[in-house]
Amino acid sequence: MTPSGDNVIYAENLTKTFGAFTAVDHISFSVSRGEIFGFLGSNGSGKSTTIRMLCGILMPTSGYGCVAGHDIATEPELIKKSIGYMSQKFSLYGELTPYENLRFFLGIYKVPARQWEGRIRKAIEMTHLSEIKNRLTKDLSQGWKQRLALASSLLHEPEILFLDEPTSGVDPVTRRHFWNFIGHLSRNGMTVFVTTHYMDEARNCDRLVMLNKGKTVISGSPSQIIGSTCPDRPNADLNDAFISIMS
Amino acid sequence: MSWLRIRELIRKEFIQLFRDAKSRRVLIVAPIIQLLVFGYVVNYDISKISVALLDHSRTPESRELTTAFTGNGIFYIKEVFNQNQMEKLLLEGRTDLGIIVPPDYADTIRIGTTSEIQIIVDGTTSNMASIRVSYAMQVLERLNSMLLQEFYPLHLTYGKIDNRLRTWYNPNMDSRYYFVPGIVAFVVMLISLLLTSIAIIKEKEAGTMEQLIVTPLAPVEFITGKTIPYAIISLVQMIAITIFAIIWFRIPMNGSIALLFFATCIFLMSSLGLGLFISTVSLTQQQAMMSTFFFILPIFMLSGFVFPIANMPVIVQWIAYLNPLTHFLIILRGVFLRGAGISVFWPQITALIIIGFLLLSGSVWRFKKRLD
Repeated sequence: MTPSGDNVIYAENLTKTFGAFTAVDHISFSVSRGEIFGFLGSNGSGKSTTIRMLCGILMPTSGYGCVAGHDIATEPELIKKSIGYMSQKFSLYGELTPYENLRFFLGIYKVPARQWEGRIRKAIEMTHLSEIKNRLTKDLSQGWKQRLALASSLLHEPEILFLDEPTSGVDPVTRRHFWNFIGHLSRNGMTVFVTTHYMDEARNCDRLVMLNKGKTVISGSPSQIIGSTCPDRPNADLNDAFISIMS
Repeated sequence: MSWLRIRELIRKEFIQLFRDAKSRRVLIVAPIIQLLVFGYVVNYDISKISVALLDHSRTPESRELTTAFTGNGIFYIKEVFNQNQMEKLLLEGRTDLGIIVPPDYADTIRIGTTSEIQIIVDGTTSNMASIRVSYAMQVLERLNSMLLQEFYPLHLTYGKIDNRLRTWYNPNMDSRYYFVPGIVAFVVMLISLLLTSIAIIKEKEAGTMEQLIVTPLAPVEFITGKTIPYAIISLVQMIAITIFAIIWFRIPMNGSIALLFFATCIFLMSSLGLGLFISTVSLTQQQAMMSTFFFILPIFMLSGFVFPIANMPVIVQWIAYLNPLTHFLIILRGVFLRGAGISVFWPQITALIIIGFLLLSGSVWRFKKRLD
């Protein structure tokens, strides 16, 4: 594998250690434009660490990574212009209303002020935030917060969207809506890099990497993974695949 | 530097600070209360000295001595009848001075020789003790000259020196005049330091920092966006407590308001810079608070607020000159009391600009857009 024009995310032997602990251990993969790429694994398997390295906020210990054409070790600030990021932990301002939060990030991304009105309207419509746009963000339910965080990460129309456990703590209906929306973004050419530990959700990804203790266990499309791990069970799903790999 | 980003950072900071009614009150009321409390507390002027008097003489002459003390309204005399009673009062801290008049006091004076009275002073608070003693000395001196005139009413042909003392800038040597401008400076520094020392930590703890560092926001923009709101708040507080000091404590304001404002602005660079620096190197609010208190005490002690810098060991004097409060105090006292102009203060102003610039650049340099 080498970085090519089509690989908007590319990683080769990416490794991150914290002291004696190896969080990410020689991971290699590549993601093409418009793909929904899933990182699957239990808590502590290295998903968030990888996503943070790709977003340029953690320095890799060794290995090479390239996002939107820029080296993650040497050009993190250039990467940041092209990506949207939604952290695992809700990370918008609780004392601000959703509207004020959106406005703040438009400013931070230097979106010209004349476009703000339109962008905010679009973000609020897409994520159905209109009824809560003037409440305090800290008083919102988990589902609303998740939608707001998503809206805010899309405001500057990034090329690549990084979502770290976007659906944890969210009810199944909202989760379904969420994945429909992700599909819609991907069809419009956005690359989506998403981590999850829900096996049923992973089906929505074009391609998957399963992680365990910082190492790649298996990768491929959901059907490839199921086919290769449970060749004798035609009705198997990703859960079965995961169990058969782990056992 | 993008003004758009900085503007939105400032706007966000103000919303966060002022949306909550409780924090709004803290920002406005806290400095006034501090000024009031400190303004009344920090006072060297002695208005009351309690004296335990043991009069072994019990003569008109010894009563004259007592009257000389009670006459000026500062000394409050409590008579005791033996040495033990006096010692007890001193030990319990219920009297400042003990005066013992010997049994032969009247006789000795009458025959024209010198009589010794004993003055015992509680030296635990040494500076107060020396002021009390000097007050007592003044009383005795006045009494002595009265006695001299009474017993030797001769016209002296010998010339003498008479001093005509004039105290400039603070004619009544009111220690409040000296302290209140210092308190104004200290209160402004305390609040600006405390507010900014948690300004960045707050974002780290809330998790909002992680969202900020994945954006293309530059460290210098971030630090500027954090400095300006607190600078504005501190300036408003400075104006409020200065007005309060002038009206409530009747501190004369002889100098230029514009100079005071300018000096405050450049002083705030250091104070906010230090706060932000603490905030960038700390990981939790507790850590930031601890570091802030670690700095506040030496800043206070080594500023010339209470203890003159000239009395400090040379090495400590150097440290005192690195202290922004030292320079600000010199300017503040000079502007308030002496009415001095900017030409006098250029060394202090230069020092403040350099210290402030270093601290603010230190924060920009220490602010890392990475989690490790």
